[in-house]
Order: sequence, then C-alpha cells, then structure tokens
Amino acid sequence: MRSKLLAAPYLLWMALFAIIPLCVVLYFAFTDFYTGAFTLANIIKLADYLPIFAKSVWLALISSVICLIIGYPVAYYIAGRSPLWQRLLYMLVMLPMCMSFLLRTMAWVAMLEDTGIINSVVKAIGLQPLPLIRNDAAVILGMVYNYLPYMIMPLYTVIMKIDRSLIEAAQDLGCNSSQVFRGVILPLSLPGIISGFTMVFVPAISTFYISQKLGSPGTTLIGDVIESQFKTAYNPNLGAALSLGLMVIVFICVAIMNRFSTDDDEGGVVTL
Amino acid sequence: MYKMKRIAVLVLAVVLALGAVPISASADEVTINVYNWGQYISDGTDGYIDVNAAFTEATGIKVNYMTYDTNESLYTKLKTGGSTYDIIIPSDYMVSRLIEEDMLEEINFDNIPNYQYVDEAYKNTAYDPDNKYSVPYTWGTVGVIYNKNYVDEADIGSWDLLWNEKYADKILMFDNPRDAFAIAESMLGYSYNTEDTAELEAAAEKLKEQKPVVQQYVMDQIFDKMIRGEAYVAPYYAGDYLWMLDENPDLGFYFPEEGFNFFIDAICIPKGCQNKEAAEAYINFLCDPEVSGQNLDYLGYSTPISEARQYMDPTMAESDIAYPSDEVLSNSETFLALSSETTQLMDSLWLDVKTAAADEGGNSGTLIMFAVVAVLIIIIGVLLATKNSKKKRRANRGKAN
Repeated sequence: MRSKLLAAPYLLWMALFAIIPLCVVLYFAFTDFYTGAFTLANIIKLADYLPIFAKSVWLALISSVICLIIGYPVAYYIAGRSPLWQRLLYMLVMLPMCMSFLLRTMAWVAMLEDTGIINSVVKAIGLQPLPLIRNDAAVILGMVYNYLPYMIMPLYTVIMKIDRSLIEAAQDLGCNSSQVFRGVILPLSLPGIISGFTMVFVPAISTFYISQKLGSPGTTLIGDVIESQFKTAYNPNLGAALSLGLMVIVFICVAIMNRFSTDDDEGGVVTL
Repeated sequence: MYKMKRIAVLVLAVVLALGAVPISASADEVTINVYNWGQYISDGTDGYIDVNAAFTEATGIKVNYMTYDTNESLYTKLKTGGSTYDIIIPSDYMVSRLIEEDMLEEINFDNIPNYQYVDEAYKNTAYDPDNKYSVPYTWGTVGVIYNKNYVDEADIGSWDLLWNEKYADKILMFDNPRDAFAIAESMLGYSYNTEDTAELEAAAEKLKEQKPVVQQYVMDQIFDKMIRGEAYVAPYYAGDYLWMLDENPDLGFYFPEEGFNFFIDAICIPKGCQNKEAAEAYINFLCDPEVSGQNLDYLGYSTPISEARQYMDPTMAESDIAYPSDEVLSNSETFLALSSETTQLMDSLWLDVKTAAADEGGNSGTLIMFAVVAVLIIIIGVLLATKNSKKKRRANRGKAN
C-alpha cells in the first residue's frame, strides 16, 4: 500500500501526459478530418510514405552503428581510467549536451555551408569548395554528433561495472587480450550496447530538425512529414496516423534489439 | 484504496487550479499579444523606430510580440488553439479564409481615427468587401532576387531562372504552398486562383521538376542565405529585397515577365482576443502616418497610407520596386481565397512536392529499399542464431544442475 502511494504521482503523470495523449493520437489516426467518422483512409495513405519511412530507418540505423563504433572505444577508455579522470572525461562527453540541440545543429550548418568556415579555408588555399552540406552524409553526421553521448553513457556505466576479477581469471586461464575482449568484456557489456543503440536509434528515427538544416530537399525524413502535417498542411489526422506508424516501427526495432540481450540481465539498464 | 483516490482527486484539482491562474503579473497592467510575420516590424535597429516600444510609451500598453513564417502556420496556430492573440497580420487570401470560417472579430472603427489616412484603393478590397475585419498594414509584390556577381544578366527576366540548371543547388524556393504554386501557375499561364484539379496537378508537376536544382525550401532564412551569398537566386517579397539590398549591394531584383503576385497584408483581431480596445489602439498606432512611414521605411514594404511617404527616406519613397508604376502592376494578380477542397488539394500536392525523392543519382530510392531489405534479413538471421544459442545455453545449464 505504502509503495503504491509513493508511485501515485508518477502514475498520475503517466496517465495525464502519456496514456491520454496516446488515446488522442489513436482517435485522430482513425477518424476523418471533416466528419470525424471512423475511417482507415489515413492508415492506407501511409503506404505513400513507405520510401520515407524506409529512408528514416536506414539513416537512423547507420547513425546508431556509427555511434556504437565511435562510442564503444571511448566508453571503454574512460572506464579504464582512475576515478578522477573518469569523472573529468565523463563530464567532457556530457558537456555539449549543456548547449541547446538547435544551436549545435546550426553551428554545424555554419561550418559546412558553401560559404561556411571549412569551405572558406578550402577556398583560401585555392581549391574548389567541397559539397559538405545538403546530402545524406551531412544528416548522418548531425545525428551522430548530437546523439553520441546517449551511446557513451550507458556503455560507460556497464563497462565500468564489469568485475575486474573476471578479466583476471580469463587471463590466468591463458586468454590473450583479444580473447578476453571477445569472451568476457563484450558479452558483459551487451546490455549497454543494446540500451545505447536504443537511445540513439529512437531519437534519430524521429528527428526532423537535423534533416531540414543539413539535408537536401530530397532528404525528407518521416519526422519532417509529421511536422509539416501539423505545422503547415493542417491535417492532424494524417499526422497522427504517421506518428502511429513511426511508433509501431520503433517498437518493432526495440523489440528486435531486446532479443539480443541475455534473459538474465545484470544491472538495471534502461532498455525501454 | 479510497484514500488514494482522494489524494488523486486533490492533486488533479491543484493541477487544474494552477493551470487556470492567469500569468499576467498585475491586474492594472494591460498586455496585448501581437502575432506577426518574422522580420515584419521596425525594431529599433540602425536608428529606426522601435514600433512596439514607442506604442508602449505612448499608451502604457505592453506588447508581447511573437512571429510566424507563413500564413498557413498562422492558420494552424489559430485553429489548434491553446494560445490567444490580440493582433494578427495575415495576407489577403488568408484574411478572407479567416472571415469565412468566422475566426475574426469585427473591428470597431470608432477606435481607429487614423483609418481616415488609409488610401481608398486599399479599402473595400476583395478579401474584406465590407471593411469590417481588417485594416491594411502593407502591400507589396513578389519577384526574383538574384546575386549580380554570379547570375548572368542574359538569364534573367522570367521565372524560369528558378529552374535553370546552371544555378543548381544555389536556388531557393518558397516554403509555402500558395506562393510556390503561384510561380508554377505563372509559368504555365494559369490563374493564381484556379480551382481546376488538372491545372493544380500540372503546377505540382512543374514544382517537382524544379526540385533537383533547389537548395532548400525556406522562408525567413532567405535573408541570411542571400546576403551571405550561400544562394544566388530566390523568389521573395519586393519589400524584403530592399531590406536585403542594404546588407548586400550585389543583389538585383526583377518582376518576372509572366506575371507576379500583388498582395496586401492586413491587421486583424482574431476571435478569443482578450483586450479588444487595446488591440484597436495598436491598430490605430500602426496607421499613424508618421509611424507607418518610419516603420515601412525600415521594412522596405509599401505603405497603404500615401501621407506616410513624406516621413520616409526619399529613395525609399520613390523606389520603383516598392512603388511600381501602374503599367508594371497591370501584370500582377492578387490571391483570392480558394475553396476549402482546393486548399486541401493544394496542401497535399505541396506535401507531395516536398516529400518526392529528388532524382539525384537516378534510383537512390530503390537502393534504399534494397538496403533495408538486406538489413532485415540480417536481423532475422541473427535473431534465429541467438535464439538457438540461448536454447543451447539453457540446455547446458540444465545438464550442469
């Protein structure tokens, strides 16, 4: 009873700001814009946006993989330092997040533009300006830059907690360092990889600002389409259907990722 | 359980009560919420008038100033509710749509003595025939802005500069359906107010053709991009060109030969206004010839109050871009309100244009599909593999026990 009482504010919060809005989304997705009658038209219309869904999934996947490749060694390195260094390095990872996400993206635009900082230097040397902005690579760069801390944080937490004696035991039993890594460290850091991957993938798939600023008119992501349904086209019903579609995709992806985790997870890492 | 319910009710009541408390600091302080286009009022930079500050000084009414970037986003904001505004400044066609949908308050013109200064030509307009809901703020035209350093003089004159592959990736385009469709309709020889589905679809096709050469679909970002030379060609409002010219003298402007849009932006009071009299005082202030003159001197847009032109810099007051001759204007056409079906069709066609894959590198779309399928196959493969190994592990564990 007592613990139930303590959870009440949270339950109320969830009801007010998660469950009810979700029901509203469902209602809009299955009703007609003008008449308010039940319809499947919005859901059927989603098929038109399949290529954009696919592109969003694809770019988010690439970004997550790149974040993992960059983030894992960083987290591993930080976890191996002395506590003082650990705190300092961890703070450095977190530091960019103290600044507004929009500002950071705008800063990349200022750097990558045709008349931006990098290309001014390139031109000053006497070379042709490089096509740095308005392509998929720039969008991926923006996502990796913005979401990398979300990958490093859970990885660091998990790697730090690995029992050193297990590694020593493996070494005592004759494992070389690559065998130690593959046989002990990697499997034990799997929960961190999964939650890091999820924490990067989920915001990346629904992003819209990055693709608008760093992408070309052709790199419209599903987040952009949803935004324009609400902001300019004023078709909240199709917007709700699109959001629902996105939600389903996210759940499927997260479910797939969770399959990778062992059933007896050590440590309470968020896996959504 | 009963106790918990009571607490929940209490918490809910507190939350609701908090939400109902007005945010205004004190009762005798009047504040109006003004919702205007971005970069659309003189704000005191470069020694020009700060209109909102001057209004507060003159009347004691505070101004809470917010901006939007297209008529469509203004409409959405009003329609979805949640916020109240006392003053909005939509364009002509949006004014008539708002009137039609009963979203505007009738203005009490007794509170706006300065309305007498407004030229007759801007009264009894097509969008507000009875002069009940709106007071003109500015008028203007749409044309092509280009950077003289990069654009060949031989290429200018027509809207087709915006389709010219020579300037691919250096062309900006309107990020709102009405203005964008108007350009395509000009080129195809249609009226801006066509309700013909086939004509609208043809215009959308035309806009899709343009997409590969477009750098970005933008509104107010155009200022920054054109001034710095990040883009060379852009269609935009003549008044904003005059503003940009101060920052970058290399910019040129022309009225396309196929025709162009003539518009009036008008001040309105939306339904749900909290302080109608203060809002009317604000409208009256904006119509003061001296304020209008100084305000629009900074903005570069044209004033509907002839008296105001004496308070302007003479080069602005006589600019043939801000005040084109009747001959030039005879080539222009105004936007009228479209039926809601046509508006919806245009909105969805516009979204099609914006979300269509630009044909760069041929079949990138198919490539993506292939890649996604490949990834799915890999994931399923790994899934099956892990499932098997988990089973094995479980089996082993069972044996060990």
